[in-house]
Amino acid sequence: MDEATVRSLTVGDTVYLNGPIITGRDEMHMRALKTIRAGDEVPEEIYDSVLYHCGPIMTESGNKWIPVAAGPTTSARMNDLTPEMIEKFHIRAIIGKGGMSPEVAEAMKTYGCVYLAAVGGTAVSLAEGLGESTGSYWNDLGMAEAIWKFNANNFGPLTVAIDTKGGNLYDEVRKKIKR
Amino acid sequence: MIKLPEPVEDVVFNLLRASNTILPKDVGWALEAAAAWESNPTAYSQLGAIMDNVRKSELLSRPMCQDTGIPIFYVRGRFDSSVAEDIKKGLIRATKEIPLRPNTVDPISREPYENNLGEGMPIIHFTPTDDNFTEITVMPKGAGSENMTKLVMLNPSEGREGIVKAVTDAVLDAEGKPCPPGVIGIGIGGTADKSILLAKEALLMPTGDENPDPVLNELEEEIFIKLNSSGLGPMGLGGATTVLGVRAKKAACHTASLPVAVNIGCWATRRASARIYDHEVKYSQEGFF
Repeated sequence: MDEATVRSLTVGDTVYLNGPIITGRDEMHMRALKTIRAGDEVPEEIYDSVLYHCGPIMTESGNKWIPVAAGPTTSARMNDLTPEMIEKFHIRAIIGKGGMSPEVAEAMKTYGCVYLAAVGGTAVSLAEGLGESTGSYWNDLGMAEAIWKFNANNFGPLTVAIDTKGGNLYDEVRKKIKR
Repeated sequence: MIKLPEPVEDVVFNLLRASNTILPKDVGWALEAAAAWESNPTAYSQLGAIMDNVRKSELLSRPMCQDTGIPIFYVRGRFDSSVAEDIKKGLIRATKEIPLRPNTVDPISREPYENNLGEGMPIIHFTPTDDNFTEITVMPKGAGSENMTKLVMLNPSEGREGIVKAVTDAVLDAEGKPCPPGVIGIGIGGTADKSILLAKEALLMPTGDENPDPVLNELEEEIFIKLNSSGLGPMGLGGATTVLGVRAKKAACHTASLPVAVNIGCWATRRASARIYDHEVKYSQEGFF
């Protein structure tokens, strides 16, 4: 996804994605930032990526790796690491669940990145949209924490929940909550 | 001909497969009822995607969620020490064959373990009884919901009102993180550790059944209405469905204490039980009646 497309999205839009997606969660964020801070290189696919907060169940079939179940994980765990990820790698979209911090929303506005909410737990449906893996990195981190690459086809539904214009669906809901 | 029951290891494998691939009927019905109520389009689409996924996972026998969690085992009835080894063997096989995601790591080095084992794993709670069966229950518990667990040690003077507030705050502060709409497990009383055990055990009670304790039943209903009037909605994106059920258990506590624990189950509140008798095995995902 290019920056112009990202900036055209508005909170509340429903989208389905086609094209490259990489997975990454806690350990991947820590290693990516540690590596780049040390001046070393990370896999080029991280740059300008659509980053999916997901630790899939993968199974080997022939010489291919197929996702069996691949729903989103809780994005808030990556709150502290994400502004720097967006700044350094120009992440264009983050797919996850549960939303992210105001600091992340600010970085999204500045560098051009959106937050797309996948439906938590809908792992079988979302795995279908990913198709077979097109490669992986950092497998020593374990199946859940490794980077898995996919070429998505009709992957969704995803709800634009934080956009580049200051829109934030989670904030809107939070303001209206009755206790 | 006398039918011999399958080996315990196989029973454990069957339980792990059923719990991960088939949503308990009571939870499924609660989802359908919720979808019929929803007028918020975002909420309706979230529930639709969930129900669609539930159908696919059962049909394809695939885990409904990639977070197959930490399996928590409950063993009650008559048993000996071999049951722990059988559970371990069943879990190893299930991790490879279903497959389950290998989720366990060292808490400090974060080095992954294989087959969902590792130090202190698997977690098994034992309750010996004089029944003529061994009952094994498994609850696969994902981290998204487990991470939202709350324990509060209230002052006794805060009373019932304090309990309602502690529970509603725990659920509403968690927002979309534990994958609402789920089941809220509440443990009241006991000690700090006991209240958490009760809250988790409450998630094994079928959603929608009346609580045998009328005081807890009223409390469950009050919290259910309060949470579903909050507007948090499925995945925290707004709507009328924040919880599918509220279940509570209690135990006596110290005169100076009022422990309240909240353990949240996501929409995929998964469980399966088996009763192993001499000549047969009975399975259920909604408890035994």
